[in-house]
Amino acid sequence: MTARQNAGETRETAVRQDSDIAIVATAQLPAVRRQELTETEMLLMVVDEALDKVGLKRSDIGFSCQGSCDYISGGTFSFVPNLDAMGAWPPIHESHVEMDGAWAMYEAWVRLKHGDIDIAVAMGSGKSSTGDPAAMYPLELDPYYLAPLGLDPVSLAALQARQLIESGKTTERELAEIAARSRRDAAGNPNQQVRGAEQDVDKLLAEGYLRNPLRKSDLPPISDGACAVVLVRGPRAAELTERPAWITGLDHRSEVHNPALRDLTDSASTRIAGQRAGGVAGVEVAELMAPFTAQEVILRQSLGLAEDVVINPSGGALTGNPLMATGLVRIAAAADQILINGRSRTLGHATSGPALQQNLVCVLEGDTGAEGDPAAKGDNR
Amino acid sequence: MTHERVAVVGIGQTKHKKRRDDLSIAGLVREAAQRALDDARMTWSDIDAVVIGKAPDIFEGVMKPELYLSDALGGAGKPVFRVHTAGSVGGSTAIVASHLISSRVHKRVLAVAWEKQSEGNAQFGLGGGKSGSIGAGGAFAPWIRAYIQKSGAPEHIGWQVAVKDRQNALRNQYAHLQLKDISIDKVRESPMMWDPLHFLESCPSSDGAGAIVLTDEAGGDAAAADGRAPAWILGTSMRSEPSSFNGRDPIRPQAGIDCAWDVYRQAGITDPRRQIDVAELYVPFSWYEPMWLEGHDIAPVGEGWKMVDRGETAFDGDFPVNPSGGVLSSNPIGASGMLRFLEAALQVRGAAGEHQVDGAKVALAQAYGAAAQYFAMWAVGADKP
Repeated sequence: MTARQNAGETRETAVRQDSDIAIVATAQLPAVRRQELTETEMLLMVVDEALDKVGLKRSDIGFSCQGSCDYISGGTFSFVPNLDAMGAWPPIHESHVEMDGAWAMYEAWVRLKHGDIDIAVAMGSGKSSTGDPAAMYPLELDPYYLAPLGLDPVSLAALQARQLIESGKTTERELAEIAARSRRDAAGNPNQQVRGAEQDVDKLLAEGYLRNPLRKSDLPPISDGACAVVLVRGPRAAELTERPAWITGLDHRSEVHNPALRDLTDSASTRIAGQRAGGVAGVEVAELMAPFTAQEVILRQSLGLAEDVVINPSGGALTGNPLMATGLVRIAAAADQILINGRSRTLGHATSGPALQQNLVCVLEGDTGAEGDPAAKGDNR
Repeated sequence: MTHERVAVVGIGQTKHKKRRDDLSIAGLVREAAQRALDDARMTWSDIDAVVIGKAPDIFEGVMKPELYLSDALGGAGKPVFRVHTAGSVGGSTAIVASHLISSRVHKRVLAVAWEKQSEGNAQFGLGGGKSGSIGAGGAFAPWIRAYIQKSGAPEHIGWQVAVKDRQNALRNQYAHLQLKDISIDKVRESPMMWDPLHFLESCPSSDGAGAIVLTDEAGGDAAAADGRAPAWILGTSMRSEPSSFNGRDPIRPQAGIDCAWDVYRQAGITDPRRQIDVAELYVPFSWYEPMWLEGHDIAPVGEGWKMVDRGETAFDGDFPVNPSGGVLSSNPIGASGMLRFLEAALQVRGAAGEHQVDGAKVALAQAYGAAAQYFAMWAVGADKP
């Protein structure tokens, strides 16, 4: 059964309730190697843009949640000045997670479900440019047994890719094809950082290894960036935008931390989150946070995505990776597929931790118009 | 009420100490969480989701430690969520966990907040990881001085709070400081740290963790039927405001007032002084007790210190504050807010042992953070709302 056939079944059962929650607007700054704006300024810009799209003011917002990381920012309480992005006077109802903005959106979604607030904003922001991720990221590992090894994310990803290849679940050529496809898609997306890079699979395979079996094309860039989404509960969503991206499922799951104790060729947490979020039947487009090519294969297989599902038409994390916003950017891109491109069912995914330890899946749906199937504009971005 | 009622049915905490050299970070959170599960008569598999809170990661040098702590807290296959809202984080962790249930996303949630200050240098961390930090005491001392000047409070008020909370700590086996010979004279004669704050008017640095198990209404009813009284959540709130701007009142911040009245409104409280039986307020420096009594409209402006002076906030007073011994007696920073929230729940469950306030039916808990600009509060009750 193809994705489109399944989509028809899903849409017939979708009845919007007052308690349903939708993404009505998204905004992101282009991922760049070095952003001159401060983190607060970046957030200010994306919040402005997202609110402007649906004609909301900051005083309309009942709750906001930020996702950012002190270690990336290089300080303590680095999220405190970011209060200015929402404007916290008079005092506001807000929260902060030391996680990707995708989890900030999760908290906002839960807060809206409590039932007393109608509009929320979720944000993610990070400036990796000022530090050295390879030196910093070993510190997110078990401080007693793993951190002292100095295992950086690229080495971990290489171990994971090696297992995947040796288990017969992928080939170096398939990884190069993922890189080439991502770069092709990124070339048309001004928000992506790696644009105009080599897209010929044979030429990519001819390049040397950076960490065997990974080449530079299998790795994400180091990026600065920020993203914001506006969430609305109930019928107000349809008043604010023509085609809200309804969140029909949102779930996240963790796994055992030590990569040596996991089957790195599988992502059990992604599978559970996907099932809890309503499953992938009918999903037309999936934006998967796979900063390494091999991780896209793992996520795709774990979710059970059909062959005809369009993967990462934005260009994905491989071509733009503003840590702490990358996951929210995926959800925003999946939402835009409904808000702008008229798709019916899309999926956004975010990950955190070593070798896909923790994963979040968000399934989004658009309403069927009176004329039936909304016309997909064919623009994949 | 459109949302699910939420009950606290399990409470656990570590013995708070200057150094828990006997435990790893994972061991520390596990000790508190296991006690909360035991108290709730649950096992790890009964928990749907885990919410973890702590103050800056740089305090221990572990980035996003919830990733590593997933194993110790039974997180495999479950949602594990990390909150960080500065010093209020222990409170906001409990609130985020409660919303997972009130929203009907989950039925049984474990919330754990912790800090292992001995692994690093909090003074350095509080200064943004820069040398020469004035620390929290240095930051708050000018506002405390301003409160004293505005209110005309005599200087012994601070000493009195310092003694009262340490005497309360003697009733609490988990409290870090156990100062059996504490006295007004000792506080007054202890070294001046940040004028007007003496050494003994300041909180300690502690290793510790606190944990709670929250359930939906059916879980609360089941605990009650089993003879284990739950604490019912009557209201929760969080508010934030900027660190500084011309016209801000850092002594009685608007965010604290708004946060309190949001909770009072949900809990049906119109006269907090009369309707609340006991309060756990985040008092890391002695003077913050009268400041928060006024900052949350429990006492009229300028009258908070008089409640202290008359002994009304003492253990046997008519508005006991911090029967646990408070932050002045135990300060694992990221957990300090959680300890306020769980103590409030212990009190209305009638399970606080030697520090039980007689007849506590409604309790208020508060945590604040950064430049007295982040607030998290909840009210809990013995009776279902």
